[in-house]
Parts: sequence; structure tokens; C-alpha cells
Amino acid sequence: MTETIEQSLQQSLTYYHRMVMIRNFEQRALELFGQGLITGSTHLCIAQEATPLGVCAALRPDDLVLATYRGHGIALAKGSDPKHVMAELLTRTTGCCQGRGGSMHICDVKNGFLGTNAIVAAHIPIAGGVALSAKLRKTGQVVVCFFGDGASCEGEFYETLNMASLWKIPLIFVCENNGYAISVPTKLSQSTPDVADRARGFGLPSVTVDGNDLSAVREATAEAAQRARDGGGPTLIEAKTIRWERHSAFAAGKYDSPEEAQRWKTVDPLPRYRKELLSMGATEEMLGAQEEDARQVIDEAVEFAKNSPMPGLETLYEGTYARS
Amino acid sequence: MPVVTMREAIGQALREEMTLQPDMVLLGQDIGAYGGTFGVYRGLFDEFGPERIRDGPLCESATVGFGIGLAISGMRCVVELEFMDFVTVAMDQIVNQAGKMHYFLGGQVTVPLIVRTPIVSRIGMGPQHSQSLEAWFMHVPGLKLAIPSNAYDAKGLMKTALRDNNPVVFLENVKLYGTKAEVPDEEYFVPFGQARVVREGRDMTMVAISGTIPEALLAAEEAEKDGISVEVIDPRTLCPLDEDTLVKSLRKTGRMIITHDAYRTCGVAAEISQRMMELAFDYLNAPIQRVTGLDVPVPSGPLHFSVVPDVNRLLSAIRSLN
Repeated sequence: MTETIEQSLQQSLTYYHRMVMIRNFEQRALELFGQGLITGSTHLCIAQEATPLGVCAALRPDDLVLATYRGHGIALAKGSDPKHVMAELLTRTTGCCQGRGGSMHICDVKNGFLGTNAIVAAHIPIAGGVALSAKLRKTGQVVVCFFGDGASCEGEFYETLNMASLWKIPLIFVCENNGYAISVPTKLSQSTPDVADRARGFGLPSVTVDGNDLSAVREATAEAAQRARDGGGPTLIEAKTIRWERHSAFAAGKYDSPEEAQRWKTVDPLPRYRKELLSMGATEEMLGAQEEDARQVIDEAVEFAKNSPMPGLETLYEGTYARS
Repeated sequence: MPVVTMREAIGQALREEMTLQPDMVLLGQDIGAYGGTFGVYRGLFDEFGPERIRDGPLCESATVGFGIGLAISGMRCVVELEFMDFVTVAMDQIVNQAGKMHYFLGGQVTVPLIVRTPIVSRIGMGPQHSQSLEAWFMHVPGLKLAIPSNAYDAKGLMKTALRDNNPVVFLENVKLYGTKAEVPDEEYFVPFGQARVVREGRDMTMVAISGTIPEALLAAEEAEKDGISVEVIDPRTLCPLDEDTLVKSLRKTGRMIITHDAYRTCGVAAEISQRMMELAFDYLNAPIQRVTGLDVPVPSGPLHFSVVPDVNRLLSAIRSLN
């Protein structure tokens, strides 16, 4: 028994390490954007770290994940090397997509991360196809599709709910409901407050969880993954969370009130998980060591990215078509 | 050599590759026991079953999305959209997803997907079921575009498409589905980017696409009676486009007419014409002519015949150019 608690604490410390890593990654990304090292924009997941970590904690390494442009944290939660993700944000040749995709297109196939997409909801049916492929090829894999409350307003979400339920494919829909689609709050965009409710009409199970509670997300995902592997088909998980600051670093607008903009601090998953670990028996020293190491990993990732070369003009057309 | 219809020839290509490639799946609406709206899939459902000949719900966008998902995860997929006009509903998946994914993900995935869709011009189905929208796909880097006009080419191009690792938009004119040609029993492939000289001629070149080929040949026969020799060329694929064959012909004839059912403005003819000016301006003895669909929503009823090019319009162009 003691051993199990010990193992569980060690496991939780690795999640905490990753959570601090994602937070640092995103804060450094914002800083690098400010310095002009990231072109276009960058979409941060600060205060949403617990959801992807909880989801990925319940998956097998060979399970597959697809996500949205707010996906750096999801890639890191799935196990991607922060060096190659940061280098992609800075569009360097060492980036996971060779600097072609940038901040909104992170992909790491060897780690089961099949990419982030910059057209809202377009990746949902694609994830459906990946799940159908896993079912037809009998690989035993589960596919997770992350999307936001904004995407839950798009037709492709409903088309895929229908097809996934109809064909009983091993797909877990994870709605990261952070309350805003760019500037529009859910009260102005959603006919009912819980996205999870929509699953009922398509005959698939759904659950709403506190997306800032890593353990709750992990439990919900574990149940959904088991159902999928047992041939029980898809599940919709709605993780209620909150978005820090604005839609993207480039976005101009502000929230409707300064209080709203600060609300994330009251539900920040990081100190919350820290407290949980202390109650599990972690010491300040143990946590401090994780924090220090996570910071160092990200510092190294930033240095690696900055020191990597930009793709040369001679490579511009490479990859427009695949070799056949 | 067996003589088969274009409809049957496409079905043959699909059957052969379904047999050779166990990870190949067909997705669409009405493609199962029904055999396809235009009968292309006849017999396939019985042979390969509902898992691989997958009749699905009527949602073009998600259907193409599912096809992409299958394609990036170790399978090959052919998606059918029942009328070309319906591509509007699936444009994001074709243009932003299938066409760009290999590039923006740094080559980590390939998208062996075929989007098959019939062009239903020339049968009078009205403004939302009669359009030729091929120019949209020629415009977007990352897609390939095949547009056969006979049974032999259709089978050979489909076979090539089914071995390609890139997304291919495959356009079939319903007016041509029933036309017959000799199709060998032996396996063969028609490579992309090789135009076919359908009829040799000396005085002018007529580039004809898809449903305009029969009209172009009739016009060429008529013109011959007046002593005008017209060379008719079918590009067969628009991306890649076989510029060399077109330039070679233009060097010989010095005159060119380009004809298609699609709208005139920003149509494929405009692009081909511009390329010929860039590549062979010095050989042109007259301005290149376009004989195309008119810039008007295609009406139902007999009026629709006035919208697409016919022999008379082609002959007028031939005579004005001579």
C-alpha cells in the first residue's frame, strides 16, 4: 500500500513538472512574441493546463490526439519535446514541422500528436476519420479530439457527433470550454450552458468536469477510454476552464470587465495542484525541485529555438506535394 | 479489346485497387447497395461489404474530413460528393485541410485522398446542380486535378490517382458516363500531366476540357469540310498541366481556342491562355479565343443549352480565327 502511494506521488510529481513546464512555455512564448521572434500571433493556454494533462494521463502512449491552434500545452502534455515545439513557434528548421506551420500548426506524429488546426472545428471530422481508421485496422488505439466552446457552434462538430455515435468509433471529444470564443462570451453564443448536454441528442454519453482539476479530468478520460477500447464508442467530455487574458497575443480587444480578466487567478490550476500534492505528502523541497527543473527545460528550449536556423528560401516549395 | 462505358471503366479501376489495397475505403452517400447516384459503384458493395464501401450520412464537409483522417492514418480513401456543386459545402476540408496538410505539418503526414465528383452540366438540372467549378481547385497549391473525357483515360487516370500520395480532385462529366471506348483487360496507368492529342490538325489548336470534347470533335469535322484543319487536345489533368504538348501544338498551328463548360471569368481557359502567352507568344498569329460557359447562373429547362458551348459557337470561333 505504501508503495502504491509512493508511486502515485511520483506520478503526480511528473504531472506537476509538466504543468509548470507548460505554464513557463506559454509565458516565454508571449515574451518572445513581444520581441518579434514569433510572427503572426500565438494562442496561449495559460490557466488551462490541467485539462490536457488530465486527459493524456489517462491515455496509452500510442493513443492519438488532435487539437486546435491553442495547442502548445496539449502537445507537451502528450509528450512532445519542448525544444521542437518552441522551435516551431519561432519557425526554425528544427521545429517539429520544420518551421512550416508555426504557432498554430504543431504536430508530432511519433508521439501520437496528429496536429493542431487553425480552422475552428475542421479537425473534428478529421479526428473522426483517424478513429474510424483505428477501428477498421483494429489497432486498439483511442483518439482524442480537443476543441473549444467556439468550435461547439460549428456544424462539423454536430456532423461528427452523429457519425461517431452511428459508427461507434473510439473517439473522445474533449471540449475545453474556457468561456470565450475570441471576445464573445458563451452567454452570447450558446443556447444552453453545458456543451455536454448536446451529446444526448446523438445518443452518446457525456460528462461535464472541472477542467482545472487534473484528477477529475483524468478519471473522466480513463472511463471514456475504457469504453472506447471495449467497443462502446465515443464520449463527449466538457472540461470547464478559463482563459487567461486575450484570445491571442495579437488580439486587440479586452474582456467586458477587469474583474473578469483577473478571474483566472482564483481558479488557477497550478497552485491548486500544488496544494493537492502537499496534502499527498510532497514536501516543499520536492515541489521546488520540480519547478526549478521545469523552468530550466523551458529555458533550454528557448535557447535551442533561438539558436536554430530559419528555413532557406531554396526550400520554399518543398513539400507542396508529397512524393508518390 | 473490350469496349466499356466511362462509368464502368471507373468502377473497374476502383475494384482493381480495392482488391490490391486492403486499407482502401470508399466513403459517400448512396454508394452502398444503391450503387452510386450514377451507377459507378455497381457490384462493389456486394464484393467488398459495408465496412469498406461505406454509405454515410449526408454531410459533405465531415465526410471529406473523415476521408482525410483515414488518409493521414495509414489508409487510402475515396470520397464521393454526389454533384460537383456540393463541393461548396466541403471547401474548407478540401482546400485548407487536404491541400495544405502535408506542407504545413512539415511532411509528417501524407493525404492519399481522392474526392470524386460528377460535373452535371448539359442535362438541365438547374443552377445548383449544373456547375463546372474546376478552376477553384486549379487555383490552390497542394491539390491535383484530373478531368477525363473517355473510358480509357478515366480508368488509367483513376488508377494513377489511387497510387498517388497527394489529394486528387477527380471530375467526371455525367454526359460522358455512357460513352464507350476500348479498355484493355491488362492493367495500365495514364500518367498525370500528359495531354492527349485527340485529333491532329494543322491550322489551329482547340484545347477542350471534359464535356466539351464531343462538341469540339464535331466542330472540327465540320470545319474540315471548309478546309480548316483543327487539332483537338484534351489536357486530361489540369494540375499538373501538360504545357509542353500545348506549346508544341501552338508552335505548329499558331492559333488556339480553349473551350470548357465552366464560367468564362477566371475560368481555366484564362489561365491556359496566359501561360501560352508567357511560353509561346512569338508563335501566336492571332489572339487566343475562349469559348466557355456564359457568366450567368445556369437556368433549368431548354435555356441551359445556350449557356454551355455548342458546335455552332465553336464553329464561329474557328471561322473567325481562320
